[in-house]
Amino acid sequence: MTGHPDAVVVGAGIVGAACAEALGRAGLRVTVVERGAPAGATTASGEGNVLVSDKEPGPELELARSSLRRWPDVLRGAAAVAPDAPDPEWDPKGGLVAALDGGAEEPLTAFAAAQRAAGVDARAIGGDEARDLEPGLSPEAGAAVLYPQDAQLQPVAAATALLAAVRARGGRVRHGTAALGLVRGASGAVAGLRTDRGTIPCGAVVNACGPWSGDFSRLAGAPVDVRPRRGMVLVTAPLPPGTVRRKVYDADYVGAVGAGEADLRTSTVVESTHAGTVLIGSSRQRVGFDDTVRVEVLRAIARKAAALFPALARVPVMRAYGGFRPYTPDHLPVIGEDPRVPGLWHATGHEGAGVGLAAGTGHLLAALVTGAPADTDPHPFRVLRGEEDGRE
Amino acid sequence: MSAPPPVTIVGAGPAGLAAARAAASAGARVRLIDAEPSPGGQYLRGDALAGPHGGAAGQGAHVPDGAEHISDTEVWALEPLPGGGARLHLRSGPADGSGGARTADAPVLVLATGAHDRVLPFPGWDLPGVVTAGAAQALAKSQRTAIGRTAVVAGTGPFLLPVTRSLIGAGARVAAVLEANAPVSGWLRCAGGAAAGFGKFGELVGHTAVLARRRVPYRTRTAVIAAHGDGVLEAVTTVRLDPGWRPLPGTERTIAADALCLGFGFTPRLELAVAAGCATTGGFVRVDAAQATSAPGVFAAGEPTGIGGAALAAAEGEVAGTAAARACGHPVVAPLGALRRVRAGRRFAAALAAAHPLRPGWTRWPRDDTPVCRCEEVTLSDLHAAARSASGGRAFRLASRAGLGLCQGRVCGRNTAELIGLTDDDAQRFDRRPIAVPVRLGDLADGT
Repeated sequence: MTGHPDAVVVGAGIVGAACAEALGRAGLRVTVVERGAPAGATTASGEGNVLVSDKEPGPELELARSSLRRWPDVLRGAAAVAPDAPDPEWDPKGGLVAALDGGAEEPLTAFAAAQRAAGVDARAIGGDEARDLEPGLSPEAGAAVLYPQDAQLQPVAAATALLAAVRARGGRVRHGTAALGLVRGASGAVAGLRTDRGTIPCGAVVNACGPWSGDFSRLAGAPVDVRPRRGMVLVTAPLPPGTVRRKVYDADYVGAVGAGEADLRTSTVVESTHAGTVLIGSSRQRVGFDDTVRVEVLRAIARKAAALFPALARVPVMRAYGGFRPYTPDHLPVIGEDPRVPGLWHATGHEGAGVGLAAGTGHLLAALVTGAPADTDPHPFRVLRGEEDGRE
Repeated sequence: MSAPPPVTIVGAGPAGLAAARAAASAGARVRLIDAEPSPGGQYLRGDALAGPHGGAAGQGAHVPDGAEHISDTEVWALEPLPGGGARLHLRSGPADGSGGARTADAPVLVLATGAHDRVLPFPGWDLPGVVTAGAAQALAKSQRTAIGRTAVVAGTGPFLLPVTRSLIGAGARVAAVLEANAPVSGWLRCAGGAAAGFGKFGELVGHTAVLARRRVPYRTRTAVIAAHGDGVLEAVTTVRLDPGWRPLPGTERTIAADALCLGFGFTPRLELAVAAGCATTGGFVRVDAAQATSAPGVFAAGEPTGIGGAALAAAEGEVAGTAAARACGHPVVAPLGALRRVRAGRRFAAALAAAHPLRPGWTRWPRDDTPVCRCEEVTLSDLHAAARSASGGRAFRLASRAGLGLCQGRVCGRNTAELIGLTDDDAQRFDRRPIAVPVRLGDLADGT
């Protein structure tokens, strides 16, 4: 390919891949720069959640609904231009949230009612009906909410497919290339990206570095407050099909997503994969980029999983893995142009929901870059909202 | 002043036992944790066939008096302790049983976790009847049972000879021993190293004499590149190799056999050392002259620090046990003899390694449909497809699923890395196993 790209996306995780794909589909020439291997960090540590069930009514839910609508089309479009890419295993399997004690029932049904009012398909069911759907569910579960819209995909395959589409449309993906900072023109606007393999002239740079977005934003001279939040997931040996059918989680999940404390938080999410293994998540902990495995964290996850699905207590846990989620102080992603540096865009801070929000984020970012209409209000995701609101 | 901490040793093979004896004789309390019911490891496993061990094994599978021997117990996770050493998470009994899960703090720790056989993939290597040389030897030694009636032993390295001897001792007919290298000329090129291990060399000559008496054909530059059978092994195809291990066309032969024992050297068990934060170099734990790793309070001995056999492992264990006792505050005498044996043993190990390298031509043995990862049934063409879409790192593992099954990449990790040409960083990912052995979710949940 000759000529310079219009936009360079920094970071080839699921969000960077979705932004690059959307920009390329909008007609821009795109280069993706990744210091490691594509989809090798947070994206490779996720469960592939595409959820509306865990979002309270508000801007994140609107972005999630936009994303949920778009994901199947985005994946079909990518497969049409790059048919050899791996199958992203899109699976609208549905979610089931169960209240394990009486005290959790009331908040859960109230939460679901508010979601219904916001347009989410959330069906309150009793414990027995929940056990018909998920036979392994604890007899303690007294009430549950079924979310038929919840879906799952294989995030590494999805990111790989999106990047293949970027290439198929003439874009480039340069892995093993670290972004070092911006080149800025006389007006102060972005004129290029400096990397350890030379400078790439371009008019727009997208910061999609996930948990490392704070680092890159500082290199770019426009810091945004995005920090890592550690998470751990347990993986069981392969189990018979049907052991766990949906995404099943404990009703205390929502409380953990909203929490900002450094303390260990766990909430149970249990689901099976195409390979037959069952993934059991997850924890949230602010320990910087410390990747030491803490057995107390694994224990806390295991304890809650065994409460939700008692039969899992007999199952061997084969491995554990961890990753870092990119989180912001107000738990909303940062999507938009940086007012301090024209041409610098951010698409980051999705915490544990990057896979679910990626398709909507790519759409919104491409709309903002090209001036096309967007189906989501970008205002809540603007850069520097903490400072102007005094919420920091 | 509080009592000195005990020396905790993981692994009761030659290295761990020697460490236990050295630490005990320096006056340290010793705690010896091992996955097997009785001490000895793979090398000293209840061997009724080969007669009393001299030299290498020294005092055999003897646990020193007063040492706490925690047998039948696996370390399923290890966490570094802030002041040095590590907290060990233990599980006893069968993997699917409800074993007593507990923890043990080890401020001074010796990791003597050994190694497992390396096997290379080729068509049919996953047939029943194809086993590792180590498994065949263990069965022969502990049960006095041969793995089959007619066996072929193939691979590279001196370990093929004692395995063959064990099989003969257990009543099998060994149709051929196939050495992929040409080791005699290899040793001659490293005369200094071979001379340094003269005692070990004599042991190997003894094995060769048994082979000659039994008229077992011993062929060099020859390998098995296919195993055949209808559901179970019936025959193997052998082929001559060029010096780079590429098969020489037209040299194929078929040998009827119901057992094929493969040994292509050893892969060190590194997961606990990696979890402890020990630095590695070239796939082995880096240690200083006192067998201390880069992690405070953690020592390592035996195969994790370099493949060298039982005699070297025992010498390293003695050094590590002495150093560990010193780290607990006990006065010790420098183990000069053991230090000398370590130096000599490493020279011999280097000579052996030079004579028995794995040559890159083996990557031509598997076909596109040959499984490379057996747990997840990942074929060579699956690996190549995954490598095309995911260039490395965790994404490659998730895309290919190689090494994600029950063995956690112990069998296929290094093979996959070499077949795909992964970077060292990505290859080392296979040695990271935060859960070192599977543990029941209920045991995980019940612990404190």
